[in-house]
Amino acid sequence: MTGILGNFGRYFLLMRRVFSRAEKKKIYRPLITDEMIKIGVQSVGIVALLSFFMGAVVTLQTAANIESGWIPKWTVGYTTRQTMIYEFSSTIVALVLAGKVGSNIASEIGTMRISEQIDALDIMGVNSASYLILPKLIASTIMFPFLVLMAMSVGICSGAIVGTMSKATSLNDFIYGIQYDFDSYGIVYSLIKTVFFAFILSTIPAYHGYYASGGALEVGKSSTKGVVYSMVAVMVANYLLTQILLL
Amino acid sequence: MIQVQNISKSFKDVQVLTDINIDFLPGKINFIIGRSGQGKSVLLKCMVGLLEPNVGSILYNGVDFLNMDEDQHKAIRQEVGMLFQGAALFDSMTVEENVMFPLTMYSNLTKEEKILKVNECLERVNLVGKNKLYPSELSGGMKKRTGIARAIIMNPKFLFVDEPNSGLDPETSIVIDNLIRTITYDLGSTTIVVSHDMNSVMEIGDRINFISGGRVEWQGDKHELLRSENTLLNNFVFASEFMQEIKENLKGENSKQGE
Repeated sequence: MTGILGNFGRYFLLMRRVFSRAEKKKIYRPLITDEMIKIGVQSVGIVALLSFFMGAVVTLQTAANIESGWIPKWTVGYTTRQTMIYEFSSTIVALVLAGKVGSNIASEIGTMRISEQIDALDIMGVNSASYLILPKLIASTIMFPFLVLMAMSVGICSGAIVGTMSKATSLNDFIYGIQYDFDSYGIVYSLIKTVFFAFILSTIPAYHGYYASGGALEVGKSSTKGVVYSMVAVMVANYLLTQILLL
Repeated sequence: MIQVQNISKSFKDVQVLTDINIDFLPGKINFIIGRSGQGKSVLLKCMVGLLEPNVGSILYNGVDFLNMDEDQHKAIRQEVGMLFQGAALFDSMTVEENVMFPLTMYSNLTKEEKILKVNECLERVNLVGKNKLYPSELSGGMKKRTGIARAIIMNPKFLFVDEPNSGLDPETSIVIDNLIRTITYDLGSTTIVVSHDMNSVMEIGDRINFISGGRVEWQGDKHELLRSENTLLNNFVFASEFMQEIKENLKGENSKQGE
């Protein structure tokens, strides 16, 4: 118990350091741009691929489960839209990014810790926590919503393509379904969740990397911990935010 | 001037440093020597603020580093340069960017002025033309020299060096030693070197502090070191047969002079 509380305390102290005494703005600009490319642009491929298949699977599963003739065919498009916007695009993409981005952040910072690069920053008087973590946090907060919007679009489009190609639904029914009872708050809800997830996915792995010690083995362990704990935190935050924002 | 006063440091139940008192000679090369695991690196980390001692003070020109406010800390850190055992170069930056880093953080020089200063430093450490190489493309000695260039680019008043010759061949070690000596005397900095390389100590050391069991066991210059009767020091310095031979020869010379 004291271990968990100790970790919470150390995490919040690190966050205080991240937001206190930042370096000159011009120092951060290139760092944020670099991180936006690493975290955002370089994740476009994997997010698009997963969204495509997830949209397709949701469409096929929904079509396969509609047995009653009383349920209209446009339900397939409607369900795909709701699933992609409300849950898949934000939460599942966040879990995927926890694996890709989270492990990258934890191992990068962890390696800097064990090779004394963070000590070198501290000795130069640089706020190492802010210098290393803040650009990743800002870049994630900017880029994750774009990835989520892209995931929504790709998933729904793939649903339309696969649904019509497999004759599970007609294109007209699918389009009617995705337009039916559309409420843009669903997108706002998803984007709000994404901002929280971006914070979790950039800071928890960074925390585990920042306090890594020992050698390469420990960096690997801290990377695993960073991914696992950030996934758990995403799911807990998902539940709490859904409770707050939807009910 | 740097003074370490009554420093003690423990990790959980393990006492690593006990009541350390050292006045480092300003503008000279001060060595901290001792066997592995005796607390040399912990003392160095306490001095540069990477570790906080349990008790004691570390005075930079009379001001206690441990009680400085944030601005004082930042100011003193700009007067400190450090060469790490593994050089601690930033992997994602080229040699030029690594050396330029302190200037990027703290100076208002133009890019051209910064590059000029970087090139001066690289010339000093004999790394001309290596500006665009990444740390992964450098040899151990080149990494150390890049680390030295980065440490001295702000003309530090205090230069800390952790195991400068570890992992280097004897020839490269001499190059690094000579660099440390030249830089110390050119910049007038107070240099503190943690090492257990006796060649290096005898080559460039002005003042030697021997630490054993977390305590300062002996202090003096290299001539006094050779004639010291301190058993722990002698066991450390004259551990090899070669060094014992030197000691015997010295004794022989001394007795001849006495006759």
